[in-house]
Amino acid sequence: MPKPDSLQGSLDLLVLKILSRRPRLHGYAIMSAIADSSGDVLRAEEGSLYPALHRMEEAGWIRAEWITKDSGRRARLYELTAAGKKQLAAEESRWQAVTSAVNRVLRTV
Amino acid sequence: MSLWSRIANVLRGDRLSREIDEELESHIEAAIEQGRDPAEARRAFGSALHQREESRDIRLLPWLDSLRADTVFGWRQIKKNKVASAAAVLSLALSIGACTSAFRLIDALLLRPLPVAGSERLYVLTVQGIGPSGEFRISDSCEYPLFRRLRAAVKDQAELIAISYASRTDISYAPDQELEKVHGQYVSGWMFGSFGLRPALGRLFTERDDVTPGAHPYAVISYDYWRRRFDRDPKVIGRTFRMDKYIFEIVGVVEERFTGTETGVAVDIFAPTMMYGGVTRADWSWFRTWALLKPDASAEPVRDRLRPPFQAFQEERAKGFGGTMSKRGIDNFLNQSLQLEPAGSGRSDLQKNYRLALLALGILVALVLLIACANVANLMTAQAVARAREMALRVSIGAGRWRLVQLILIESAWLAFLAVAVGGLFAWWSAPFVVNMINPPDNPARLSLPADWRVLGFGSALAFSVTLLFGLAPALRVSSVKPVSALKGGEDPHARRRSMHALIAVQVAFCFVVTFIAGLFVATFDRLSNQHTGFSSERILTLDTLAARRQPTAYWDQVMEHLRSAPGVEAVALSGWPLLSGNGWNGFIVVNGAPPSETLSYFLNVSPGWIDAMKIRLIDGRDFRAGDSFPGVAIVNEAFARQYFGGENPIGKWFEKTEGNGSRPRCQIVGLVADARYRNMREPITPTAYVPFHGIDLSGAWQPRSAGTLIVRTSSSNPAALASLLRQEVTRARPEFLVSNVRTQTELNRSHTIRERLLAMLALFFAVVALLLAGVGLYGVLDYSVLQRRREIGIRMALGAQAADVARRVTVDMFAMVLLGAVAGVALGIGSVRYIEALLYQVKTTDVRVLALPALAILAAALLAALPAVLRAVRIDPVKMLRSE
Repeated sequence: MPKPDSLQGSLDLLVLKILSRRPRLHGYAIMSAIADSSGDVLRAEEGSLYPALHRMEEAGWIRAEWITKDSGRRARLYELTAAGKKQLAAEESRWQAVTSAVNRVLRTV
Repeated sequence: MSLWSRIANVLRGDRLSREIDEELESHIEAAIEQGRDPAEARRAFGSALHQREESRDIRLLPWLDSLRADTVFGWRQIKKNKVASAAAVLSLALSIGACTSAFRLIDALLLRPLPVAGSERLYVLTVQGIGPSGEFRISDSCEYPLFRRLRAAVKDQAELIAISYASRTDISYAPDQELEKVHGQYVSGWMFGSFGLRPALGRLFTERDDVTPGAHPYAVISYDYWRRRFDRDPKVIGRTFRMDKYIFEIVGVVEERFTGTETGVAVDIFAPTMMYGGVTRADWSWFRTWALLKPDASAEPVRDRLRPPFQAFQEERAKGFGGTMSKRGIDNFLNQSLQLEPAGSGRSDLQKNYRLALLALGILVALVLLIACANVANLMTAQAVARAREMALRVSIGAGRWRLVQLILIESAWLAFLAVAVGGLFAWWSAPFVVNMINPPDNPARLSLPADWRVLGFGSALAFSVTLLFGLAPALRVSSVKPVSALKGGEDPHARRRSMHALIAVQVAFCFVVTFIAGLFVATFDRLSNQHTGFSSERILTLDTLAARRQPTAYWDQVMEHLRSAPGVEAVALSGWPLLSGNGWNGFIVVNGAPPSETLSYFLNVSPGWIDAMKIRLIDGRDFRAGDSFPGVAIVNEAFARQYFGGENPIGKWFEKTEGNGSRPRCQIVGLVADARYRNMREPITPTAYVPFHGIDLSGAWQPRSAGTLIVRTSSSNPAALASLLRQEVTRARPEFLVSNVRTQTELNRSHTIRERLLAMLALFFAVVALLLAGVGLYGVLDYSVLQRRREIGIRMALGAQAADVARRVTVDMFAMVLLGAVAGVALGIGSVRYIEALLYQVKTTDVRVLALPALAILAAALLAALPAVLRAVRIDPVKMLRSE
């Protein structure tokens, strides 16, 4: 089981969103993109990122491909699949629903 | 993609691990390029191994992966203990193969439904009650006039079908061609339609082919016969052949799956019932009546509807019995009751004769399998001890209880799998081997033994249950290992030994049962085959001789005369059929006008010189002479004299034989001979009257005959060598005659002990296997316990224990178990005998030898098995032993 981290279950959503904007990224680039676009507030831990990537790959939301870098080392690039796009839409709307509900609760107090 | 890729990933687990590692490495490299501290970047991942395991489990099926790992590990474990594994696999294979083989036979003979539509609604009509021989019997034969009435009575609830007993007859395709043996069967015209069968060629019979006696000379042949005899020639339609007195025309070939309704006999030729000679006779019973119930009907109402017409028919028949049957005989006849017996798997003599024998053999081989399982269980337990530390280590690093059970069970499954593979080969070979041994060599039983899903299912179920049987106990034991005590090398060793000893007792008990039953079968075969027959079968050849038309008595005498001059012939005689050929002719006897006898006596037509040729002892009076006839004179045996003349000398006395048509031929007794076996080896000798071969009718004219058997005593010790010569000589003497069958008398005698021989042979084989397995098991357990107690023994010897004392200590527990097992075995054996009584002959379980022999055999095996371990124990060098600790 992945350890709970600051992202609290939203890691899948973030990874899918990043990949929908910029296809063909490797693990480190995804991690950096999450940090950059959140202004260094959100950080994906290495220990959670890769199991999550592999899980989403098995679920068929993303697919992976090996490329050889200039250094001769191979890297694994990820991109979104059609199923992944659907999943992203679903996760996004779920996230919206949850945050607006949480906001409502905060307002009523 | 998901499940499939995960299964695929299991198979390339190493590559998967490499890829995961590589991806993580490339991540770390990217991090370093971005200016992160290498050590810090690496630390961020935590344990790389943990990371890899986690990703692996996501990308493959963890349970499948562990299964794969255990399978590989189990195979290595088996390869590591080559000798022990081979012994386990071979003993299991032999017993699994034997069990599968027994199942194939039992399934083919007794369980497999006939390949016809509605076989689950198929019944056979039987008549149960006291028969003419004075014993309870279940008969399934029927008379055609009765059949007509019965069929009309249940028309709307069931279709009744008449199917004659398949018989081996001679047919010829042209007048000048040799006779050919075929299995023929007379069937109701509507049989094929009711059974939902289709023609492979031509047409099948319909109701219209079975209307007028003698008017439908058509035949349908089986697919197998079409292939064997005609090489599937489509021009077979329209071919004609002679069978009995009619010329039949082949009109069709029935589809391949159907070979008749008698399991064990493949019928070649089907003819309509109307073509059978006795179809109009109310006193000829010659076929079975099959009832195919309509889908919504049930058996009881149909049976109840059949009973009144049956009873009425019986009463009409009994009216004609007055004077030919005793009062009690008639009462018994009328008290018989009609029943319907389920017969979806067919019905045959083979079933009747071999049902019990096969079940008994099946149980014997199952016991052998259990013995083998106990062996392997003990072997696994012993191995588990050697691996206690390995298991403890596995537990300490976090292996779950279930994981250990799985590990051991998979090893067991490996053994079972290998054993089933080897055993399958054994079963594939052995089942047809056994079938070939049933019946005489010239007429082997034909059972189809397909290796289909039924056999496969049985094999798999057997492998599965065997795995659980010998693997589960050791597996559970291993899984409950306590790492602390095991790693310290402690643990109570006696617990294991106790369970191993219990298994030894079970093995010995089963082994005793198997050897005991085998002993009974061997004794039965011995008694039957050494049975006094009252005649000499040495150098006797019997030639069953036929003529297309009845031939005058002078011609028969001429053939006999001609053969006497053939080279190598010592004596020639004629008889209706050979002794012990299975044929019989019987009737009730009337002496001095008293009421007819209550039991039947046997009759046989014989020529002058027959008594001499068969070397039957003439006690008093004379042999027949030329000119003697039936009715007229008779020679009787001692049993006859005892039964009807109170043991007095019967020479010169008269008796009458009752006939079905009310006549009573009279005979004067001219000779008294010693008892000889007539029909079989088992039943007590019945009163028998030999009457002249040639008969006269009421006007005193000689009656021609169309069939008889020439009995030839040859001068060479191998009578069969003369068979073809004599065959030709018969036809040369008179071209009207043809020899249909040549058998030696020895062969005929032996045919009565085929089943007993088969049982004795197979049971003896399995008894030896059981003894061997039990011996190996004992050896293994003893050897193991000596190994385990070597420290204790070393100390005892250091303290001055004598060799005898050590030997006693090592073996006393085991011999107690052997004794316990033997006692249980005796009880089991004696208890089981009453179920197989019908297979035994003149053997008593109370006979000391019958009990002592298996007990001695087991004791000898136990002693032999104990010897190596005892030697090992007393040779332990205390100094060396104690130093090594």
